[in-house]
Amino acid sequence: MKELFEEIYSSVRKNKLRTVLTGFSIAWGIFMLSILLGSGNGLMNASMANFGNMLINTIEFGGGRTSMAYKGYGEKRSIALTERDAKIMLEEFPEVSDISMEMYQWGGKASYGNRFVNCNLCCVNENYALVKGVKLILGRTLSRRDNEELRKVIVIDDKAQKILFPSEDPLGKDININNTLFKVVGVVESIWSNQSLFLIPLRVGVLVYESFDYNADLRLITVIKGLEKADDIDNFENRVVERLSVAHQFDPEDKRAIWHWNNLEEYKNMLMVFNGLNIFIWFIGLGTLMAGVVGVSNIMLVTVRERTFEFGIRKALGAKPSSIIRLILYESVIITSLFGYIGMVLGIGVMELVNNYMVNNPSADGHPTFLNPTLDLSIMVSATVVLVVAGLVAGYVPARRAARLKTIDALRFNK
Amino acid sequence: MIKLKGLNKTYNNGSPLHVLKGIDLEIARGEMVSIMGSSGSGKSTLLNILGVLDDYDAGDYYLNDVLIKNFTEVQAAAARNNMIGYIFQSFNLINYKNAMENVALPLYYQGVSRRKRNNIALEYLERLGLRDWAMHMPNEMSGGQKQRVAIARALINKPQIILADEPTGALDSVTSQEVMNLLRDVNETGMTIICVTHEQSIADQTDKVIRLHDGIISSIEIPRR
Repeated sequence: MKELFEEIYSSVRKNKLRTVLTGFSIAWGIFMLSILLGSGNGLMNASMANFGNMLINTIEFGGGRTSMAYKGYGEKRSIALTERDAKIMLEEFPEVSDISMEMYQWGGKASYGNRFVNCNLCCVNENYALVKGVKLILGRTLSRRDNEELRKVIVIDDKAQKILFPSEDPLGKDININNTLFKVVGVVESIWSNQSLFLIPLRVGVLVYESFDYNADLRLITVIKGLEKADDIDNFENRVVERLSVAHQFDPEDKRAIWHWNNLEEYKNMLMVFNGLNIFIWFIGLGTLMAGVVGVSNIMLVTVRERTFEFGIRKALGAKPSSIIRLILYESVIITSLFGYIGMVLGIGVMELVNNYMVNNPSADGHPTFLNPTLDLSIMVSATVVLVVAGLVAGYVPARRAARLKTIDALRFNK
Repeated sequence: MIKLKGLNKTYNNGSPLHVLKGIDLEIARGEMVSIMGSSGSGKSTLLNILGVLDDYDAGDYYLNDVLIKNFTEVQAAAARNNMIGYIFQSFNLINYKNAMENVALPLYYQGVSRRKRNNIALEYLERLGLRDWAMHMPNEMSGGQKQRVAIARALINKPQIILADEPTGALDSVTSQEVMNLLRDVNETGMTIICVTHEQSIADQTDKVIRLHDGIISSIEIPRR
């Protein structure tokens, strides 16, 4: 084995420039493949991260603005979803297993002692943590009783914890938000990457910020079960809108009165898009690589031609055809693998730099378009397999030509 | 040692060319034989067939009582590796390997480990007075030295016969004589040597001169010395 490598090394050494130029095409192919795959991964990771740990089998409903006049009401009337609508859905639609209610209060200031942070509030019921996949770090999340008993409790995120409570246990402490005190009962991992979002009980939020009228505009996130087919889900959404049209007195045909969003369908679509993208990337990458393979194959053919006489000598000294084939195939595989790895390392390096830049310069809205654009082990393994196969493919024709040479013809070659 | 019966060979390059037209020949073990003939007489073809480098159409070729006929490439490779040593007119050393590595090459194809075959190669170079040149590349050596490296390479696998194709063709007369003396020394160890040449002075130094003319053996002479 060692001898074989020495043979190959001495052959490569004789033709440094040629080998490097050929290797470059392979390195470039793999470089492009890793950049493309890494970018694809980055896009996919970012999109998946936007979903986060959120439940996928959810459909979101929110109030909109009517676009059709109905029963004496004019157009452009605001429709606000309320807790009553949530109750209707839970009671009348067996497909709905749970509902998370959300109401946002933007731009607050939270202070503790002489420290403060800017924050946003999300007024929620007990299902929020489950539906959004929020990760608890300390204490507890909000419960049903927090809502029922109108407790002024709050769940803060770890970012705010570091600022407000750098060395203290935050649990049980009262923090001041816009002149209202809330008792900290839990700390969760940041829900948004760039801003703090705190959770308070929905009814407390309504009471403090919207006056206690139950008509606050809510976003209702329904957890559905037993609906798999897109048609069934469409049907369900339409039935809900129809039912809400009765409750809120708008035209059931009005598409803009209620806003709804199907996360399951969205997720499936996204997976499909990324599968397609992945196939496309491999197609382009392998195409680029093929160009390199043809280059290596060509060079190996030239090598075989140049070394025909040498092969003749070797055969006269007792080299079997298989040993000549091995020489060519290994040389081809080594050239492609070596330069392929150089290309892959460069590609991964570039993607790591991009990743580094992305981590240090997060996007303003907290929803990165590009996240962790790196290649995982399985892709590395498949890329290695691709490289070796590429080397074998590139070496096949030249090796066959070398093996088919008759000794006597090879010895007469170039004479 | 070598027995040829009715050997025929035709080349089919465009128009068929009947090169060997029934060669019957016996060469005993330990003989040093030369083959002479004008160009186109078939002497190189005969040597190639003897060396299992080329096949033949009709007749039989026994080497050491083994019938060498219709060999596959793998069988031929084994036969060449185990039974035959070659010495070529243009030395045919591999130019990016040093003298020792060139000499050791036949052993590489026998699967002998690197250290062992290099040691054996050094022994043979020592015998041929080239120990100090072991690490030199072929292009750093004179013609006579290169041919001595080639002889060492031909000997290293302990073959049954040595086939030399114009071994002195590329050498001056003094060096030619040195090489012939070496071959004679090798022959005296009991090695059978067959040597193709067109120089009478070279042929005269062998035990037997086989003259080929137009694809048949025209005479077999024993030169006076």
